[in-house]
Amino acid sequence: MPLLEKRDEGAAVIEDRFARIEDDGDLPGDGNLLVSLERFLSDKDALLARAGDLGVWLRSEQTPQELVGDLERIALVALDFPIFSDGRSYSSARLLRERHGYAGELRAIGDVLCEQLGFMLRSGFDTFQMASPNALEEFAAIAREVQIVYQPTGDGQATATDLRIGS
Amino acid sequence: MYHYDEYDHALVKDRVAQFRRQVDRRISGELTEEQFRPLRLMNGLYLQLHAYMLRVAIPYGTLDSRQLRKLAYIGRRYDKGYGHFTTRQNLQYNWPKLEETPDILSELAEVEMHAIQTSGNCIRNTTSDQYAGAAADEIEDPRIWCEIVRQWSTLHPEFSFLPRKFKIAITGCEDDRAAVRVHDIGLIMKRGEGGEVGFEVIVGGGLGRTPFLGKHIRSWLPKEDLLSYLEAILRTYNMLGRRDNKYKARIKVTVHETGAEEFTRLVEEEWNEIKDSALKLPKEEMDRIAAHFKAPSFRVLDAESAEQEERAARDPAFASWIRHNTVAHKAPGYAIANISLKPVGLPPGDATSDQMDLIADLAEEFSFDDVRVTHGQNLVLPHVERSRLPELYDRLATAGLSTANVGLLSDIICCPGLDYCALANARSIPIATQLSERFADQGRLSLIGEMQIKISGCINACGHHHVGHIGILGVDRKGEEHYQIQLGGSAAEDASLGKILGRGFSADQVVDVVDQLVDVYLELREDDERFIDTFRRVGQGPFKERVYATA
Repeated sequence: MPLLEKRDEGAAVIEDRFARIEDDGDLPGDGNLLVSLERFLSDKDALLARAGDLGVWLRSEQTPQELVGDLERIALVALDFPIFSDGRSYSSARLLRERHGYAGELRAIGDVLCEQLGFMLRSGFDTFQMASPNALEEFAAIAREVQIVYQPTGDGQATATDLRIGS
Repeated sequence: MYHYDEYDHALVKDRVAQFRRQVDRRISGELTEEQFRPLRLMNGLYLQLHAYMLRVAIPYGTLDSRQLRKLAYIGRRYDKGYGHFTTRQNLQYNWPKLEETPDILSELAEVEMHAIQTSGNCIRNTTSDQYAGAAADEIEDPRIWCEIVRQWSTLHPEFSFLPRKFKIAITGCEDDRAAVRVHDIGLIMKRGEGGEVGFEVIVGGGLGRTPFLGKHIRSWLPKEDLLSYLEAILRTYNMLGRRDNKYKARIKVTVHETGAEEFTRLVEEEWNEIKDSALKLPKEEMDRIAAHFKAPSFRVLDAESAEQEERAARDPAFASWIRHNTVAHKAPGYAIANISLKPVGLPPGDATSDQMDLIADLAEEFSFDDVRVTHGQNLVLPHVERSRLPELYDRLATAGLSTANVGLLSDIICCPGLDYCALANARSIPIATQLSERFADQGRLSLIGEMQIKISGCINACGHHHVGHIGILGVDRKGEEHYQIQLGGSAAEDASLGKILGRGFSADQVVDVVDQLVDVYLELREDDERFIDTFRRVGQGPFKERVYATA
């Protein structure tokens, strides 16, 4: 499964530097870990005290609310799309970026299809775990194929209104 | 009306190119039907019983002649010479070929139209009052706000994968012709305590399997806060709405299960976080869009027209048309003219390409190049000089467009039913056409007066049967088409949901049953009482008694 990171133009395939640990798995002494929200909440002190970077993944029905106080110490939040049509993680992404000021890596995982990439970029995602073997080509062709946007989001892109009034 | 600027044009053009690539990938076999399905459904392309169906958005039901001629042309060139106007003020083509749909969208883009978000679990075409800008009691033209919502909702990154489809309606009048109480969000323009114009906000109405009237969640909202408030409602719904069962996924169920009070609290809490964000509408942008909806330069005329009165005095058919199809206009000497798409014996809401071309000509000649689509599946010329109504009537009559039945029994709302739709249990169109034949007599129609019959071919309620004065629901009973009757619904400012009368009827009984219901009403009505008023006064009893005594 390629992991893509957005670039100014297109994207690049990157190495996943996080190891996913199951809820009942032992904590290794070092290395970067990705854990569930449940694991994070139950083992928070130990996880935050470790040497490596910490990532937390949220299922689509979980909101980022419980991460709010610790976001500065979290390097990755992975938001799940159990099926492409479940759009809850778009809201979670915007809340993390725009309300809670989260500046770390925001990763889309699960059923991530190329047609969703444009929406995901605008919602604040910057990495994408995609099943398609052609993900990189698809990203280049599709992610920004509609260039004008109407909605202000936290991605800073000028909206049609901004362009009209020249701000 | 609104005209695209370079940014609106660029977006639609990009979207057409995107869809063309998707169709190419489907035709080449790179995408399976299963993979293609969600993509085509983001662009109004359905696979029906016999063919693809393409639903074209008509934003808030407003067209100019150029656009209507294009719809006529597409009907002729790519379909079977007609189109079907829907209850959401859109137009459907029932027979397009898959490989030609990108060309159709290119043609539409030339006249500032598209099919974006006419399907899928996203924010659909925002609908409005068909008399916007012409109605006498209007506070402000609601289409300004419909256009603002259109832009904000188009390809919204956060709200393109909602739990279920989402429909917004806006009206600028107390008289509700936009059915705002049965929409996911209904907005009514209102004056606040200081006299400034804003919105009353209603959430969680809807029809379908479990009909609900919307709940008032805010009595007044300042205009510049409209988008932040909508975003707060949509975000609350996106995160809270059920995704385990598509029949419980609409916001009406979310509001019902959460409780209106708690839902309101959540929305207000969210809104407090975002109301001072970039969503606050700049005055320049509100003014820019409002300028597109400036009233046309009406001539200074006498309120009455001798030409209209002289013709009406000697021509009863014209007099009936004036009485039923025209409505008072805000400017003296003008009328709003409805064009019925409910002729005797033909499917409700269909218009041929030739009829569309004629109506486009008439819009240019008689109505400041302005045509409206109604949620009742008729068309409207909103600004016609009264003195020219006789000429307009004669021109409409040449094309079978002068049926004088708007608001009357044969002005039926009807879904496509089993003739087209893969979901339907029963046919709807034949019931509608048979009713129009039974009640073809103009004298009897006029005598019965205002009456709304609404027919759905299955419980998804696309024909709005819950809010018909008489609602007819097609069901499947052991493989046979069967029809339940409900009475007492309304989608207007006095909104209510109908109640089932009793056991259903076979297809060949339905028309007789409606006839009996009408007889009971005519016997019991007092003064000018409408059917719905008589029903509300006397209840189901007398109707039930008559229908089941003889059936």
